[in-house]
Amino acid sequence: MTPPVMTGERSAAAGGGHARVRKSRTSTGSAARNRSRRRGTIALFMAPALLLYTLLVLVPVALAIYFSWFKWNGFGGLPTDFIGFDNFTRMLEDPLFTGDLRRGGLLVVLSLLVQLPLSLGLALLLNQRMRGRALYRLLFFAPYVISEVITGVLFSLILSPQDGLFNQILGSVGLESWQKAWLAEPDTVMIALFVVITWRFFGFHTILYLAGRQSIPGELYEAASLDGASGWHQFRHITLPLLGPTIRISAFLSVIGTIQLFDLVWILTRGGPVHSSETLAVTMFDYGFQRYQIGYASAFSVAIFMISMVFALLYMRFVMRRDTAGALTTMGGRK
Amino acid sequence: MTARTDKTVQQAAGPAAGVSKDGARPVKIRRRASDGGRRRPLPAALSLHALALILVALVLVPLLFAIIGGFKDTTQLSDNAFGLPDPWRPENYTDVLTAGDFWRQLFNSTLVALGTTVIVVIAGAMVAFVMARFSFRGREGFFTLFTVGLMFPPAVAILPLFVLLREMSLLDNPFGVILPQAAFGLPITIIILRGFFREVPHEVEEAAILDGCSPAGFFWRILMPMSRPALATVAVLSLVVSWNNYFLPLVVFTDPDWWTLPLGVQQFQGQYASDTAKVLAYLVLAMLPALGFFAIAERHLASGLTAGATKG
Repeated sequence: MTPPVMTGERSAAAGGGHARVRKSRTSTGSAARNRSRRRGTIALFMAPALLLYTLLVLVPVALAIYFSWFKWNGFGGLPTDFIGFDNFTRMLEDPLFTGDLRRGGLLVVLSLLVQLPLSLGLALLLNQRMRGRALYRLLFFAPYVISEVITGVLFSLILSPQDGLFNQILGSVGLESWQKAWLAEPDTVMIALFVVITWRFFGFHTILYLAGRQSIPGELYEAASLDGASGWHQFRHITLPLLGPTIRISAFLSVIGTIQLFDLVWILTRGGPVHSSETLAVTMFDYGFQRYQIGYASAFSVAIFMISMVFALLYMRFVMRRDTAGALTTMGGRK
Repeated sequence: MTARTDKTVQQAAGPAAGVSKDGARPVKIRRRASDGGRRRPLPAALSLHALALILVALVLVPLLFAIIGGFKDTTQLSDNAFGLPDPWRPENYTDVLTAGDFWRQLFNSTLVALGTTVIVVIAGAMVAFVMARFSFRGREGFFTLFTVGLMFPPAVAILPLFVLLREMSLLDNPFGVILPQAAFGLPITIIILRGFFREVPHEVEEAAILDGCSPAGFFWRILMPMSRPALATVAVLSLVVSWNNYFLPLVVFTDPDWWTLPLGVQQFQGQYASDTAKVLAYLVLAMLPALGFFAIAERHLASGLTAGATKG
């Protein structure tokens, strides 16, 4: 996950500046003073971030686990009604929870099968010399810059049953019978949701793939075409394998993002109709902030956490193990 | 040792100018050659272009619908969905702009985004500095601790965060959003900046120390100004994430006076559910700042996002 550290050289380089200031080994007093001043500098520089991070990231995550063992409405200090794993047994039998998992799985599969290949194809297209390439890039990336809330509100108007743009388009091409309340019918709501998700996120994945594609040296294609490899063979044997790390990262982000999906669903459907588009985060929000079952809602938080964590660890162990962190695409400040 | 010297020379010669001048030309020639050898069969090329054009339409139509729809009224939206407005009615836009809500939400969003960014960049840069330029026991442990944060989605922490902020009386207070956002932004900021700080040649630090610079002085007066591109990348990333954040403000701000734009947009839709054109005008005005900012900072945003994605 993190780049390997050249400890030996690095420590000499990093500590060197201060080591050199020391006059000699015999003056241990000044050496000790230097060392403690150095330690002071390190502590001072780490303190603000460490405090912020501990208090507002680590403690809340730990508290979520703690809360999940209690029956608690969230009021008055800390919870007291300890019920062990009851929240979890209740959750495992909750049709909402199993439904959340099923719907999440559906969105993951659709993203991997539709959204990512689409982004990849588009990235390869944009990589070619074509007129207006920069404009295309800006345009495809624009939805990702617009917030999920704005995207959600916009599409709730477009997909609205009363004079929504989409139904009007269907009507104007003679498909009145297809007109539907897309977001209000259990049969269509997940597809509609997936379309909106794709609209917002495909540009992001396209940018990833584009960066990955541009880091493949042109000589490879040159050599391949000299050897008579066709376009398809070049794609199959050069582009695809060398894009492997990028594809794996893009799939990873897509899955993690889907597990945590909240904003778009909340704006578009609130998880409805009758929970048919609900996700784990929406269920958690509903139990926690609408029904004040903080303990039970925390069990859902823990579930989100565990699922992301287990997925991330397994994925890094088995899928991304050969990808070193530095070899993927660009770093900040590309020249 | 030689590698290090080379890098130094290159850096001293001016990284951006030197590399692109020497690097760009051969690449260009190579690419032309490779493209020539790689001509796709015509149907494939056509279908790819068709795909691109379809996608352009799919991206543009919703946006144009919003922009143009904002100039219509409700009857026009249902009777004349596809045509241009007749007559054009700028009232929807001017109404939003003359009412105070929009401007207040714009101000709140800006305040929260800037506050988050200042805190996350300064606190993150300080950690990245000691992690890049010092060696001390437990350094990698701390670094791992921070990187693990990438795997904690804010959704996991939102309930306890709400309880904590309530106990600290930070609900309906901008710091109730700024501080948690900064905390969750730290991992990626530290990862990106540490990578960049490591590349600054050691000779620079040595010279500074010889001239009597303290580590803090080196950090503040030399390293930070040298690292402007990386700082811009993490700053832009943090601004955009904060600007679009909805979940945290939703639970922290109950007082409409503190609402940020995402909360305002959602509330406006509820309030004017029957006046679609007005909601569209509000949407367009609310997306303009982000789009304008994106047009200016596209490079930083793209590099920040790809770095964020690949350094996880």
